[in-house]
Amino acid sequence: MVNKINNMELKEAIFESLSALMINKMRTGLAILGIIIGIASVIALISLGQSSQKSIESRIESLGSNLLTVRPGAVRESGVRGAAGGRTSLTLDDAKEIVVSSQVTTISKVSPEFSERSQVMAEGNNTNTQIIGVTPVYADVHKINITSGSFISQNDVDSMAKVAVLGPQVVTDLFGDGANPIGQTIRVNSQMLTVIGTTVAKGGTGFNNQDDIVYVPLTTAQKQLFGANYLNTISLEAKSSDVMVQAQNEVGYLLLARHHLSDPTNADFSIMSQQDLINTVSSATGTFTALLSGIAAISLLVGGIGIMNIMLVIVTERTREIGLRKALGAKKKIIINQFLTEAVILTFSGGIIGSLLGVVTSYFIPKLSVLILQFLYQRLFWLFLFPESLVLFSVGTLRKRHLIYSRLKR
Amino acid sequence: MKKTTIIQTKNISKVYKTGEVETVALSDVSINIEKGEFVAIMGPSGSGKSTLMHILGALDLPSSGDYLLDGKNISRLSEDELADIRNRQIGFVFQAFNLLPRTTALKNVMLPMIYAEINKEERLEKAKKYLEMLGLKDRMEHSSSQLSGGQQQRVAIARALVMDPAILLADEPTGNIASVQAEEIMAIFQELNDKGHTIIMITHESDIAYHAKRIILIRDGKIVTDEMNGKQNK
Repeated sequence: MVNKINNMELKEAIFESLSALMINKMRTGLAILGIIIGIASVIALISLGQSSQKSIESRIESLGSNLLTVRPGAVRESGVRGAAGGRTSLTLDDAKEIVVSSQVTTISKVSPEFSERSQVMAEGNNTNTQIIGVTPVYADVHKINITSGSFISQNDVDSMAKVAVLGPQVVTDLFGDGANPIGQTIRVNSQMLTVIGTTVAKGGTGFNNQDDIVYVPLTTAQKQLFGANYLNTISLEAKSSDVMVQAQNEVGYLLLARHHLSDPTNADFSIMSQQDLINTVSSATGTFTALLSGIAAISLLVGGIGIMNIMLVIVTERTREIGLRKALGAKKKIIINQFLTEAVILTFSGGIIGSLLGVVTSYFIPKLSVLILQFLYQRLFWLFLFPESLVLFSVGTLRKRHLIYSRLKR
Repeated sequence: MKKTTIIQTKNISKVYKTGEVETVALSDVSINIEKGEFVAIMGPSGSGKSTLMHILGALDLPSSGDYLLDGKNISRLSEDELADIRNRQIGFVFQAFNLLPRTTALKNVMLPMIYAEINKEERLEKAKKYLEMLGLKDRMEHSSSQLSGGQQQRVAIARALVMDPAILLADEPTGNIASVQAEEIMAIFQELNDKGHTIIMITHESDIAYHAKRIILIRDGKIVTDEMNGKQNK
């Protein structure tokens, strides 16, 4: 019986609060809007962060889980540490030594690479892209598949052949969508190269776009296109993902010995595994996610403060009614409960709508995420300006309202 | 008929403090009101009659002195206990009616019963009964803005009576009503008094006070005269 009465009261309190909220629909709507935007942005931005983290991680993983990457580091000469990426410390001989050395037992494939960005021209079109000098083993190590034609062969490397294999993005940029460029010539640094193959799209964007690449024989890239005798990457494939640490150590000591360095802290190269890369990227995107969530949380807080303000106004406006209810025997608790119910209805409905909106937005984010991320990176400045412009706008309307009001009073 | 004292105040005073300034609103007021009386409390504005009404209505507590309502000293009770007393023992009728806006007459009358946690069937039944009694049978679903001043005050009276309180406390009940309807309201009060309801009415109009059986005159927080209404009794 007591329970029944309480349920009845709850129902009545909710009903009462709803009718009170309906009296000023505009105010109620604006208060709810604050919460909607707050919650929707928290959900959407967190899922944006997490989905971009996931996609980056899975892309890295798709490159192979037992991949090691050796890159040149800072060169240390007579106690002075040069800038990182002194770039000339790795050579083709290093790569060859890794293949033949008896010290290295856990590496199955070695892919020496030299890459440089350059302008590429064909049929009057041109594009700026990554030119990468490779050996045939590159396709195995990096899981490159060929759509048509063939990949760079050992023969091409040995004979310094003027041939190129194009990524799908380059094909589109130079020859148009869906064109077959095999047999056509492209021009890089005033050298004419014949296209002998195209690769399967792998996806990716920005600096990490694996489709926006031109593959040429390593020797061609080093000697004919860019005149360099060093490598900027040696990609290694370990025999299994269980021996990654051992592989890292073996290669590390071999290269230290070859570069006549005794102290590993002075190494002029770095060896990163895919896991290292994932960890680095994860912590970076994690920071980014935290930043986004922080901004969203602030907007949620502002929404909450908005509701506090509205409730304060409602209470002040209805002091007479509160007095009457008290005279009729309402206990303090009942009155507090009534206003609490109103606040809960406001936040709850705002929360539900906001969650739905956030989920819907997140659903579309995978498609938009990269666009939005780039947008945010480029226009973070405008993002910070946004609240200020809102404030300016509301001050503007306030002034207008004030003018109207004073005219009415007159 | 045996006389029962329903209200007894013993030397009650009320002092308001605003910063350093003390304002004495009531000093040493002692009144006895018996069951079934119809008392008018008169006085000019600022005389303390509203303060007295607030204390008698358990809306406020005296600074000193004791107030016994139906034999129980309520001058030291907690806020929630006072709310309970207002709910069950006192029926208020205000000058401005104070009905809930955008709410039907029926719901307004049911409000005190919600606070008394009376179940829905009984609430509906009693509210209908009292509205019918006050001649508002076909106005039950009207909201207050659709009712005339006199009708609104009758809804308020129904609301005051619905908990069957020991006393009916009316603060200038005809102050906002046209004079023809004011007479109707006073007729209702008289009829209620004839049925045995104790009524305390605050007014500054002598022709309204004239309806009461006893008139207490207050000035500067003190009782000036307290006498039976001679004309009425004859």
